[in-house]
Amino acid sequence: MTRYNQHVTPSTQDPYVAPFASGGAFAIDAGLAGQILAAALGRGGDYAELYFEYRVSGDFVMEEQRIRTVGRGVLLGLGVRVLRGDATGYAYTEDLALDRMLEAARTAAQIAAGGGAPEPVRARPVELPSFYAPAASSLAVPGETKLELLRRADRAARAYDPRIIRAEVTLSEEIKEILIVTSDGRLARDRQPLIRLGVRAVAEGPGGRRQAGSSGGGGRLGLDYFDQPAAAPEAHGREAARIAIQMLDAVEAPAGEMEVVLAPGDSGILLHEAVGHGLEADFNRKKTSNYTDRMGRPVASALCTVVDDGTVGKSRGSINVDDEGNLPRRNVLIERGVLAAYMQDRISARHFRLDPSGNGRRQSFRHVPMPRMTNTYLEPGTDHPEDIVRSVKRGLYAKRFSGGQVNISNGDFVFSLTESYLIEDGKLTAPLKDVNLIGNGPDVLTKVTAVGSDFKLSDGMWTCGKDGQSVPVGVGTPTVKIAAITVGGTKVQK
Amino acid sequence: MSAAGRDTRAELQAVAEKVVESARRAGAHAAESLVRDGSELHVKVRLGEPELVQEASSRALGLRVFSEQRAATSYTSDFTPDGIERFVRDAVAAALLSEPDPLHELPASEELARADALPELELWDEAALAVDAGAALAQARRGEAAARAADPRVTGSEGASYARVAGAVAFATSGGFAGAYRGTYSSLIVEPICDDADGKKRNGYWWTAARHLDALEDAEAVGLKAAQRTVAKLGARKPETCEAPVVFDPEAGRALLDLLFSVIAGGAIWRQSSYLVGREGSRIASDLVTVVDDPLIPRAPGSRPFDGDGLPTRRNLVVEGGVLRTYLCDLYSARKLGRRSTGSASRAIGGNPHSASSNFILQAGASKPNDIVRGVERGFYVTDMMGFGFNPVTGDFSRGAGGFWIERGELAWPVSEATLSANFDRLWQSIDAVGDDLTLRTATAGPTFRVAGMTVAGK
Repeated sequence: MTRYNQHVTPSTQDPYVAPFASGGAFAIDAGLAGQILAAALGRGGDYAELYFEYRVSGDFVMEEQRIRTVGRGVLLGLGVRVLRGDATGYAYTEDLALDRMLEAARTAAQIAAGGGAPEPVRARPVELPSFYAPAASSLAVPGETKLELLRRADRAARAYDPRIIRAEVTLSEEIKEILIVTSDGRLARDRQPLIRLGVRAVAEGPGGRRQAGSSGGGGRLGLDYFDQPAAAPEAHGREAARIAIQMLDAVEAPAGEMEVVLAPGDSGILLHEAVGHGLEADFNRKKTSNYTDRMGRPVASALCTVVDDGTVGKSRGSINVDDEGNLPRRNVLIERGVLAAYMQDRISARHFRLDPSGNGRRQSFRHVPMPRMTNTYLEPGTDHPEDIVRSVKRGLYAKRFSGGQVNISNGDFVFSLTESYLIEDGKLTAPLKDVNLIGNGPDVLTKVTAVGSDFKLSDGMWTCGKDGQSVPVGVGTPTVKIAAITVGGTKVQK
Repeated sequence: MSAAGRDTRAELQAVAEKVVESARRAGAHAAESLVRDGSELHVKVRLGEPELVQEASSRALGLRVFSEQRAATSYTSDFTPDGIERFVRDAVAAALLSEPDPLHELPASEELARADALPELELWDEAALAVDAGAALAQARRGEAAARAADPRVTGSEGASYARVAGAVAFATSGGFAGAYRGTYSSLIVEPICDDADGKKRNGYWWTAARHLDALEDAEAVGLKAAQRTVAKLGARKPETCEAPVVFDPEAGRALLDLLFSVIAGGAIWRQSSYLVGREGSRIASDLVTVVDDPLIPRAPGSRPFDGDGLPTRRNLVVEGGVLRTYLCDLYSARKLGRRSTGSASRAIGGNPHSASSNFILQAGASKPNDIVRGVERGFYVTDMMGFGFNPVTGDFSRGAGGFWIERGELAWPVSEATLSANFDRLWQSIDAVGDDLTLRTATAGPTFRVAGMTVAGK
């Protein structure tokens, strides 16, 4: 094993600075990166890129009023990508010794079958915006301070009602440092904090009936997340308990098509699944999406303006730079019902002869980037939320979700409700047992008949999975009414 | 370090033992270390052209330490001596943050698996490693080409992928266990696309996977079946909302078995997060239902010679003729429930052990799959499911589903955009036919089976 810079000692000042940062044990500069990129292009690839990642994460779990687990993890590595036309060669290494990095570069180079090798352009730093403060990572805060946050959430959940029999609290924190160097001369470094608190409460009612409720939130923040009143640990503890207690009275959900009102915030999941994935450009480049070749045509009710925006301050889905070194943007995907843009990564942007839209994301250095959402939301409308509910004779009010899924090709999507209510004569009545909604994306968005003025972004808790890769995302929506969607309850309507 | 072509088990075991020793020296009262390495090859072709060639090897080191019944877990990919030393020190310090739990004790030495007498499960296949990127691309191309040639209605392709992973894992504890094993797993998937009359695209897939290369289905057969399954979806529509019998094919039924495991896992029981709390020894399914969890099947995807606590693995009869015989427990869950572990622990590289299924199998019944369908006047034959609608605490189940509508015992027309719902307890109790078509391609597996009645929501 050879090390190119054995004389450099690691910085001991901040324990959470990447070893590939300047002054680190494996410091990477433009010159060294150029050497690796040259190896990557050695077989005739037309583009190469290095993605260095250092990620330190911590997690705390409290159960049965006891801090049961304290966990810590470190991930460090380099991913090398080589493109030849639309084809990708990829390799990675966790060992940042120069010979191992060159070996990874040569492995990735195999995708190109030979021919002239272009020289990489010497990389220059890209100036990045700052959508999340480079504040001290929560990881550097003494553990005891964080344990107190868990205890506060736990106490609040159990104090909410004597029928709460259990509470579980988790706190996850992370700092991810990335360095991207491309053969066309871009060099970008970013430090991405991420924090998330989750509370789950179990209630027991008469006859031993049990129900669970969950609440959580976070974002690209440190412990300052908890300074917001709605984000205090107590607030999440009480909310989880409230849902668990409320659901003790849940009745069977109806089955069949009916009017549905979505509560503001997390209901943005519906947009994420119903249209978001279908507007990721890879599916459209390959003509496998239901939205293929529909640019400029109406795909939703004129009340709908759908945006993907990686620049929202401190939101879970925000980025200062995407994982291909491009800047994030506010991308209007659907404007007043008309399809306006896809979300692009580098490969698809080149295919469509467009600029990358800042949506090239990946789970880690072990993964190839692809078009992914950041924060996806429906812009507010003009209807008063109360009027929207009042306008429904019989329907369903969807408030909390455990997740959703979509089939990109045909646009069919589902999403799973964990808190919902029957609407009868314009009023919320009985809470409903867990139920699934199913619809077709292009179809459902044409059935949006009211959009509220009460926009809300999700409190950072969503993770999106695609092709086996997970990335943190945000979603958002105001109150929305959909004229008809299939509700998958057990009670067949007579 | 590369797992390909070289047996790294002894090397990894030595690292694990060294880490455990360092943790003891750093002040831990007990320590467990899990070390893994692996290599992956993943290629994809689309419309005959290579789209991705990914090749890499990786490794990781995990540690759990106990300090006076306080626990911490940690993982790293930094194997340098300095890196390991700091990693161990940090983990021991982190343990002081957690609160004592009297159940945080390593297993007694007489309970441990005998490392010198581990069962030989034939999980490793040299031949699987001989497939290089070029050969893998050729397999994927053959599969995709077969799908595209099979039917003119196949108009597009999501591509075909060939993947292989190979790796070794070693586990050592200060309680006296040290062992290692290795395995390979190869797979091929083909995903054709059709254009439907209403402008919708219809996608489908078929796949093959096995630890041993010679057990993979032929690429052309995979492509052909993928095409057939996709073309069959043309013209799919919503059914009327109704109560009806539902037949699950083995692909769809697997998801129900995974959910069943989630509510008999020891961790869900002591957390009171299962509707099956207090139901051991009682009927939880119809008498046609027998489920085993068997980690000792040679060459099977979910097999393991010892568990995540270092205990011997064993075949557990979980449901016998509809009666729940045992929950599946790791050591901690077992202690919580005042019993012995069933050898069902799994642990991720930097985590606590938890109860996990191995080869979790609904045993084959006597019925022919065709007869199961033929016995339905009007019902739903489900081939795929979507979504996550399941509440383990209450058993309320509601998911998106697609497949075929059954009329007078025949698959009459394709269905999409439907949901299925039932209480999970009633669902399992009302299974009235179990097929004889069981294959062990996946760790969770079952044959075709039929539920007497569920709510199908559509129009």
